[in-house]
Amino acid sequence: MEEKMLMKGNEAIGEAAIRAGCHFYFGYPITPQSELTAYMAKKLLKMKDAVFVQAESEIAAINMVYGAASTGVRAMTSSSSPGISLKQEGISYIACAELPCVIVNMQRGGPGLGSIQPGQADYFQATKGGGHGDYHLIVLAPSSVQELVDLTMDAFDLADKYTNPAMILGDGLIGQMMEAVEFKERKKINLPDKEGWTLTGCKGREKKYIVPFNLDPYEMEKLNLKIQEKYNKLKEKEVRYETVNLDNADLIIVAYGIVARIAKTVMSNAKKEGINIGLIRPITLFPFPEKIIAETSEKVNKFLVVEMSMGQMVEDVKLAVNGKAEVNFYGRVGGVIPTQSEILTEIKKYLK
Amino acid sequence: MKKVFESPKSLTKDPFTYCPGCHHGIAHRLVAEALDEFGVREKTIGVCPVGCSVFAYVFFDCDMICAAHGRAPAVATGIKRAKPDSIVFTYQGDGDLASIGTAEIVHTANRGENITVIFINNAIYGMTGGQMAPTTLVGQVTQTSPYGRDPKTMGYPIKVAEMLSTLKGVAYISRVALSKPAYILKAKKAIRKAFQSQIEGKGFSLVEILSTCPTNWGLSPIEANKWLEENMIPYYPLGEFKTPEEVS
Repeated sequence: MEEKMLMKGNEAIGEAAIRAGCHFYFGYPITPQSELTAYMAKKLLKMKDAVFVQAESEIAAINMVYGAASTGVRAMTSSSSPGISLKQEGISYIACAELPCVIVNMQRGGPGLGSIQPGQADYFQATKGGGHGDYHLIVLAPSSVQELVDLTMDAFDLADKYTNPAMILGDGLIGQMMEAVEFKERKKINLPDKEGWTLTGCKGREKKYIVPFNLDPYEMEKLNLKIQEKYNKLKEKEVRYETVNLDNADLIIVAYGIVARIAKTVMSNAKKEGINIGLIRPITLFPFPEKIIAETSEKVNKFLVVEMSMGQMVEDVKLAVNGKAEVNFYGRVGGVIPTQSEILTEIKKYLK
Repeated sequence: MKKVFESPKSLTKDPFTYCPGCHHGIAHRLVAEALDEFGVREKTIGVCPVGCSVFAYVFFDCDMICAAHGRAPAVATGIKRAKPDSIVFTYQGDGDLASIGTAEIVHTANRGENITVIFINNAIYGMTGGQMAPTTLVGQVTQTSPYGRDPKTMGYPIKVAEMLSTLKGVAYISRVALSKPAYILKAKKAIRKAFQSQIEGKGFSLVEILSTCPTNWGLSPIEANKWLEENMIPYYPLGEFKTPEEVS
């Protein structure tokens, strides 16, 4: 077993990525994720056959990832909210080209230049596509530094498995905080062979090309349907979530990432006052854990969705609940983190 | 009987879909010949742009990828860094390279990325139907400069070869034309030098090719060649702006 290390969230992502075999990183500085870019520079520039490029822009960085991924290597870029907006064009191309890569978004308060404090207001952008066209990313939402490590490694596997870009959707708080982490020995898993699509030069074979377009609308529709098929498979096989105390709960909190951590404190404080709270914490935001939410809504009739946004994930919760329970929302935005006491006050409003 | 002329191996058998009199076909052929002559077809990865030559992936018989508008140099950077032994080229038009992709081309050149850029300058947007390009000449009429390019509000045409040759990371830059056989021979030489420079690991190379767009210029192919020689060459002088010797 590996020893535990004390690491900052952003740096832990970097170490996890390198250990997952990602030796190709292209980035651009932005708060609050710059430690990740710096960590990759420090490590990759000293490694053999590894590449670190500080790109001229977020746009260039994601397109470098596109190029590197087309040759079959594990490639990554990272940024925070405004920078992720800039990458959207490239992400749409990569999704259409069906190439695997990992994109990290350590969200900050928005919109516009927003703030540099943590936020969760990029949920729509991350889970609904973000760029133009019908596509989805595999979106993983860690709520601790340990989970940043584990999910970063998983993200590379999932991206390879589904030849689709995967996103780590964290926030400035998880990125900046330090916690003990362990880089566990991972089970070897079988991943599909990349040889069929990688561009390596056409020695001994026919030429290959990667073109994320087709001017024949029927062919383009076929491509859309093929990609859609992957999303259906993801929904069927890769949904992840954590549940706490669902039985006999008076109210269910649905929260992801750092807010779910706060919700756990809310639960134990509420318990002292005789209020029984349950928690559903989506770990995959796409595919969204709609089934467990739907099932729970048959048993518990009050939900409270808490987000650092004006109400984004709450829409997916409402779709899953489908009118079977009352779905309420509480959010703080712009970089403000909700406190456990204000969440508890909110809960009490609905349990009168 | 001795064969004296044949189709390059680095081109597919697909007939070009470019307009009559357009120079893309000649430029494709010269690039393909260079790849053949250096024997690098099987380790080449080409990056095609958005624009008329988005279809270059059909015509080049080597591995190809299509980049977003203007981003080919960034995509090429990713490929070359991941596979340093491959030969990587981008093929970009003037809207792609000199307008929407200025950041990417400048910084790829400045990093001295060891790739080759084939830059087609025909002073207009072709695929979208003849709008003003950053390289459109002063006074030139296009769909979006219907009264002629007015430098007071639309700026002056950008001289890409001159601009990029000021960067230290650049190994080779030249500007050529394809409007007559003598120019084509010189263009071939320049393209060879650009790839040679990449093969020898000298750094970034670019060949700016002055080309015609008879369709959007509203001229016959012959008139278009004449227009290029009388109007473009005086503003965009031909020649080498930087050679590998200057780098060392």
